Amino acid sequence: MKNLNKALFTGFTLVAVATLAGCGGDKAKKEQAPFVEINQDPFPSTYKALPSVPTLIKNVNVYDGIGGLVENTSVLLNQGKILAIGSSIEAADNAKIVDGQGKWLTPGIIDVHSHLGVYATPDTGSHADGNEMTKPVTPGVWAEHSIWPQDPGFRRALAGGVTSLQILPGSGNLIGGRSVTVKNLPNRVIQDMKFPDAPYGIKMACGENPKRVYGEKGGPMTRMGNVAGYRQAWADAQDYQRSWDKYKTDYDAGKDAKAPKRDLAKETLAGVLSGDILVHMHCYRADDMGTMMDVMKEFDYQIASFQHGVEAYKIADKLAENNVCAALWADWWGFKMEAYDGIRENIPMVHQAKACAIVHSDSDQGIQRLNQEAAKALSDGQRIGIDISKAEAWQWLTSNAAKSLGIFEQTGSIEVGKNADVVLWSAEPFSTYSQAELVFIDGGLAFDRNKPETWAISDYELGQVAEGDRK
Amino acid sequence: MSKLTLTAFAAMTTLAFSNAAQAEKIAIIGGTVHTMTAQGSIEEATVLIEDGKISNIIPQIVSTDESYRVIDAKGKVVTPGFIGAYTSLGLVEVSGWANTVDSSVAASALHAALDATVAVNPDTTLRNISRIEGITSAATAVTYTDTMYKGRGAIITLADDVDPVMKPRAFMTIDVSNHGADVNGGSRAALWVDLRNALNEAIYAQKITFTPQTEWHGSLSKANVQALIPVVKGEMPLLVQVHRASDIRRVIKITNNFKRLNITLVGAAEAWRVADEIAAAGMSVILNPESNLPYSFEQNGATLENSARLHDAGVNVAIGMGTHNIRLAPQHAGNAVANGLPWQAGLASLTTAPAKIYGIDQQVGSLKAGMQADIVVWSGDPLEVMEAPTNVIINGVEVKLESRQTKLRDRYLTLDKAKPQQYTRP
Repeated sequence: MKNLNKALFTGFTLVAVATLAGCGGDKAKKEQAPFVEINQDPFPSTYKALPSVPTLIKNVNVYDGIGGLVENTSVLLNQGKILAIGSSIEAADNAKIVDGQGKWLTPGIIDVHSHLGVYATPDTGSHADGNEMTKPVTPGVWAEHSIWPQDPGFRRALAGGVTSLQILPGSGNLIGGRSVTVKNLPNRVIQDMKFPDAPYGIKMACGENPKRVYGEKGGPMTRMGNVAGYRQAWADAQDYQRSWDKYKTDYDAGKDAKAPKRDLAKETLAGVLSGDILVHMHCYRADDMGTMMDVMKEFDYQIASFQHGVEAYKIADKLAENNVCAALWADWWGFKMEAYDGIRENIPMVHQAKACAIVHSDSDQGIQRLNQEAAKALSDGQRIGIDISKAEAWQWLTSNAAKSLGIFEQTGSIEVGKNADVVLWSAEPFSTYSQAELVFIDGGLAFDRNKPETWAISDYELGQVAEGDRK
Repeated sequence: MSKLTLTAFAAMTTLAFSNAAQAEKIAIIGGTVHTMTAQGSIEEATVLIEDGKISNIIPQIVSTDESYRVIDAKGKVVTPGFIGAYTSLGLVEVSGWANTVDSSVAASALHAALDATVAVNPDTTLRNISRIEGITSAATAVTYTDTMYKGRGAIITLADDVDPVMKPRAFMTIDVSNHGADVNGGSRAALWVDLRNALNEAIYAQKITFTPQTEWHGSLSKANVQALIPVVKGEMPLLVQVHRASDIRRVIKITNNFKRLNITLVGAAEAWRVADEIAAAGMSVILNPESNLPYSFEQNGATLENSARLHDAGVNVAIGMGTHNIRLAPQHAGNAVANGLPWQAGLASLTTAPAKIYGIDQQVGSLKAGMQADIVVWSGDPLEVMEAPTNVIINGVEVKLESRQTKLRDRYLTLDKAKPQQYTRP
């Protein structure tokens, strides 16, 4: 997105702080204080890939994640990247050879909606760190500051072929805070898991949840109250942006400008307005989504995705027109009024309208079998005559997900040069019986189903009942 | 009123499946039939239906006279209708923040005496939504209370135009897991003493004919203690929600004193750890095979292999917990199979296993002459996520594969309509 303030809010590079103005001969001019620039990345990724060896997966069927199917081919992983694809690839002598006969290779699944770590198991009050429900607009909070990397759910998701995931705050607030995209490689601190160079997201929520939470706590208590809340927040963010713009303009003009006081909430919102932070908005009802796409235009930002979108099928054409992805369940419905109109063909109908459809979980169990969620949606679509191939449907799990998170240049497809985030499935992955056998993240073998002695075990599970069991 | 009915009837006769179909004779021909009986699975078989019952299963393709309507099942799979093993179907339309939710009880003087039978609403949209995916009957009960008791549940059919209750007051559920303890003094130390006491009172109460004047000094109310009498007599199955291995052992131990209890464990995340003891006690288990996380300390042992390990020990395992999405029970069973449960046991977990638990196995759950004709024809393996029913027959009547959801789908399938969607009737 275009914005005057780009220079201030762009980028994730570390900061240069002091820029002293020249003090030529003009003694009369007061010396400028150092220019105040905001560090956009105070919690930088310290992710390191697992050690890896060159790995050639041979004789395997590939869904490339961008709509293609290549049967009986080979894929070479080297130094964390996909180095080559094709049946005639030769591997170096030191390469590990994996026979993929009768098996399937796909890009690793990317779940764009997870609360692993922020609502960790065991599901105790002590672990409920996902919803800062103290006021309705809290863009200043960051999910990464809540994530408990010892959540056993990460390893379970790994066994389901998930290589990256976005962890979001919950949906109790109109604006719930920043999300973070991580590699599914549990480690000691969250910075060790952060997906390098992934943009931040922000979680917003439509409809029932905020009005239920705040209806008797000072509001909003209606949908119209919700919308007034978002709009006021954006208006305040614009004002904040202008104050920083003015500071920079004045400073550049040599004036003795004083930097505005930082406001962490507005700083995040300004990051959205400058196009650096992606909006992921929990919305169920078609009319809620319609309203939010106008709010988006009013304040000139882009909604990367609607999350849950149980009624996305009713406005799939409008989603396509507005370039908004819809991250959806295959068949969840009925747990509240705004989920009452859920239908099983939602995902294929959104796809058919040429909008960007994504299969998401929002569940520590659903994340373990997202391939089955895609399979259900695909077959439901096929039964009503929507012609989508399995290879196309795999986009819902990887490339579309990666695009909505701004990480498609790095991952989400099996293409030369991409990160070697790939999964070898025991059988055609649209089957209930298919399981992730090998899961590679950046070329490192993160999970091998047939070698229990190599499995990651969270600290929580160490020394407990059934430590190291098949789970 | 009669005029209305006539008009409605006239309209319905134009449909392929009308009420008049009640008496219809149907022949399902050529499918792979999983009878779930000693007859086993038969390829290219014929199932005959008459008067709402299965009249015959013939292990070959036959040609029927024209009194039969034929369903061509060649290349397809035929199973008994699936039984929702543990649901609140008919008790809830929308669960969250939406007026009456009969599946949830709080602050009632009743606990064991709660009766889901009288709360069932057959017009719920969940009926069609569930049955078009192969669920033809279900156990339904209150699933949330603020005591350890969830009261008495019912067995219901998902058929049209009949009393939905197949078996009233068919079972009782109690909760001895963390939640049960939390609402009973906050500790197992209170819960088990209370439970033992309640069962003892029910033993005493057996001998009493209760009237409002009857003197009764038990700690349970008259209504609650009377509800427990068929439980201690072993006439009413007792479902016990429990997870921890040590709690399961305690459940088994309590049967030393109350020998007639007919117990099925529900949830049972750590059941595999005591599988042999459960098998020896003759208890069945209803579980969610996908639950593999330590949601609480009592579930630290949760594993995807729970079903398989229990089955290997000889335990009767039923799969299917949920309400709005009880229709996913076949997927759950498929995942149990993916994690070691034999395929036939996976199918049994949806059919004969729950039927046995609720004592309805002479009515539903298997295909043989004389059984209620609850039958589903599938496009393929019902445990495969990409397969689906092509025909659903309940009580001998084929139902349309239509629900509120399919109507919404059809209304919005094309969006470039001249008129707003509300003017479109799919």
